[in-house]
Amino acid sequence: MTIIPTIALGDARVGFRGLITALDLARAPAAGLPPPELERRLIELGFVEGATVELLHQGLFGGDPIAVRVAATTIALRRREAMAVMVTDQS
Amino acid sequence: MNAVVELAPVVALVGNPNCGKTALFNALTGSRQKVANYPGVTVEKKVGRVTTPAGRSIEIVDLPGTYSLRARSPDEEITRDAVLGKLATERAPDLIVCVADASNLRLALRLALELKQVGRPVMMSLNMMDIARKRGVEIDMAALERELGIPVVSSVAVRRGGIDALLAALDTRLAANQATVASEWRAPDATALRGGQREADRVLRAAIRKAGHLDPGTAKADAVLLHPVGGLLILLAILFVMFQAVFAWASPLMEAISEAFTWLGALVGEAPLPELIRSFLKDGVIAGVGSVIVFLPQIVILFFFILLLEDLGYMARAAFLIDDRRDRLTTILVAPLMTCSARIPVYTLIISAFIPDREVWGFIGLQGLVMFGLYAAGIAGALTVSFVAKRLFWRTAEGEPFMLELPDYKIPQARSLAFGVWTRALAFLKRAGTTILTMMILIWALASFPQPPEGATDPAISYSLAAKIGRAIEPVTHPLGFNWQINVALIPGMAAREVAVGALGTIYAIDGGEGAAEKIGKVVAGQWPLATALALLAWYVFAPQCASTLAVIRRETGGWKWVAVTFFYMLALAYAAALATNQIARALGAG
Repeated sequence: MTIIPTIALGDARVGFRGLITALDLARAPAAGLPPPELERRLIELGFVEGATVELLHQGLFGGDPIAVRVAATTIALRRREAMAVMVTDQS
Repeated sequence: MNAVVELAPVVALVGNPNCGKTALFNALTGSRQKVANYPGVTVEKKVGRVTTPAGRSIEIVDLPGTYSLRARSPDEEITRDAVLGKLATERAPDLIVCVADASNLRLALRLALELKQVGRPVMMSLNMMDIARKRGVEIDMAALERELGIPVVSSVAVRRGGIDALLAALDTRLAANQATVASEWRAPDATALRGGQREADRVLRAAIRKAGHLDPGTAKADAVLLHPVGGLLILLAILFVMFQAVFAWASPLMEAISEAFTWLGALVGEAPLPELIRSFLKDGVIAGVGSVIVFLPQIVILFFFILLLEDLGYMARAAFLIDDRRDRLTTILVAPLMTCSARIPVYTLIISAFIPDREVWGFIGLQGLVMFGLYAAGIAGALTVSFVAKRLFWRTAEGEPFMLELPDYKIPQARSLAFGVWTRALAFLKRAGTTILTMMILIWALASFPQPPEGATDPAISYSLAAKIGRAIEPVTHPLGFNWQINVALIPGMAAREVAVGALGTIYAIDGGEGAAEKIGKVVAGQWPLATALALLAWYVFAPQCASTLAVIRRETGGWKWVAVTFFYMLALAYAAALATNQIARALGAG
């Protein structure tokens, strides 16, 4: 059995492709929202386990915010909130 | 004969942001639509009428876009309450149409599942089918209906005949007269949302025969427009051109309107009326309201650009480019462009009133340049404030996270764009006819009473209450370069900034004499040194926002404390900015 390493989407680079494995709210302590609310918003924008993600673009200051393709939708968010999205590398 | 007048059935359009809901609403209702506000909130209420092929008259409501009924903003609360039939002033919908972008169905399906729980008849309209097909998306409509459990029709809002299927379906659904059952909807927690999205993904797998690809045009455009450096430069260039155009294109039309009002004023001036009534009509109503209405061409051009960028799908990109990860900069910077329709129009209005219309370096309009500079100053100011706020009370600077869908670029529809500009222009005129007119009458009264005593030698206005108030504040505002006329205009300007321009129009009109300009709307420019004009602009960059902004702060924080804090810190900031501007400009020789 091989162990596929997971990383936080907030740590990924432009061009990263992967699969969402979990939402881990403890990984995003700096987020601007309390964990339950952050989790609900992420799900509402389609960040659900099993969805494919691709990091398309990033901003100028500290590579923030990021534009992420989630399934067939493009979502912009900040890295500190994206830290809660755990992904496996599929690139 | 049945004498009872039957109320038209209500159909509510609900959908994700960017799903083409407004285009569909425009296609359905055409010009038979009204834009107003819901009582007590600054949420646009869009209602229109449509007659179906079967001759049924229907009231269509375009509700604010949302991803969930779990409302997080005043707009989304309206959507939730309207759908649940809980808005006291509105009739509950007889049918809910969930509008979905056919090329981007996933999030819409989850919303549709939530809408099904409300207990009212629901159907789905798959919008933008043409784009989806072009993208290679193949949808099995029968499977989608079956798995989702509600009727589904396809629509192309932007094509003639593209809404026929929807119109027919509205007839069928309303004729079926399906009963409303008790709502099972409760605000979903994360588990329920996750379950909903899983179910939506299952429906999607069953219904999509072929998935489409990322729009190649959007991908190519974003490679340039979202480039970390290039994208920012392009954004700045767009703003620069936009501000130049607002001033350059509008001036011939403004000239014409100004002349019309001047002519009207002269007409009233010669009418055989008692002096007081003549002054009221000429100086209060025509000069005051006229000096605001003159700016209609600018408002139209400005909204043309804003709506064009919005319809193109660029606004979300602009937000992406200037987002700063540490604070609420996006809100502060982009909000004036997107939401607070009071702010940028007012800047354009104040600039044309106060800044002379001339060119610098041969080809760049000074007014447009100042507008651009103002915007840049606003950015710098916001950065400083958020930096300081973070040091002083860092929790309050945390704010909303930035999470936003970047829709695919779309070619804007001329019709939709025209409707958008038209409704904004009407709203501006309505405001000029109500709020601004009321304020002008008040200002006129203040500037006319008490009347000068017998044998008075000074201009009549110097005996008025307005002059007394203006002079009383003068010691405070003198270092800013403000005279007493400006002082009088500053106070109502806090309620609504455009009132300040109208108020100056009235005051100078009553003041009369050689100082008064000959044309309405051109009263102010050239009366003061440039340093004073710039200082007044600096004041308006920071001065307390329109009353509605403060109302929002009160609702968000649930108390008056932050309203007071905001009001006074902005007042202090405005004073400091105007003081610095005046002193520096004078030192540089603009006094």
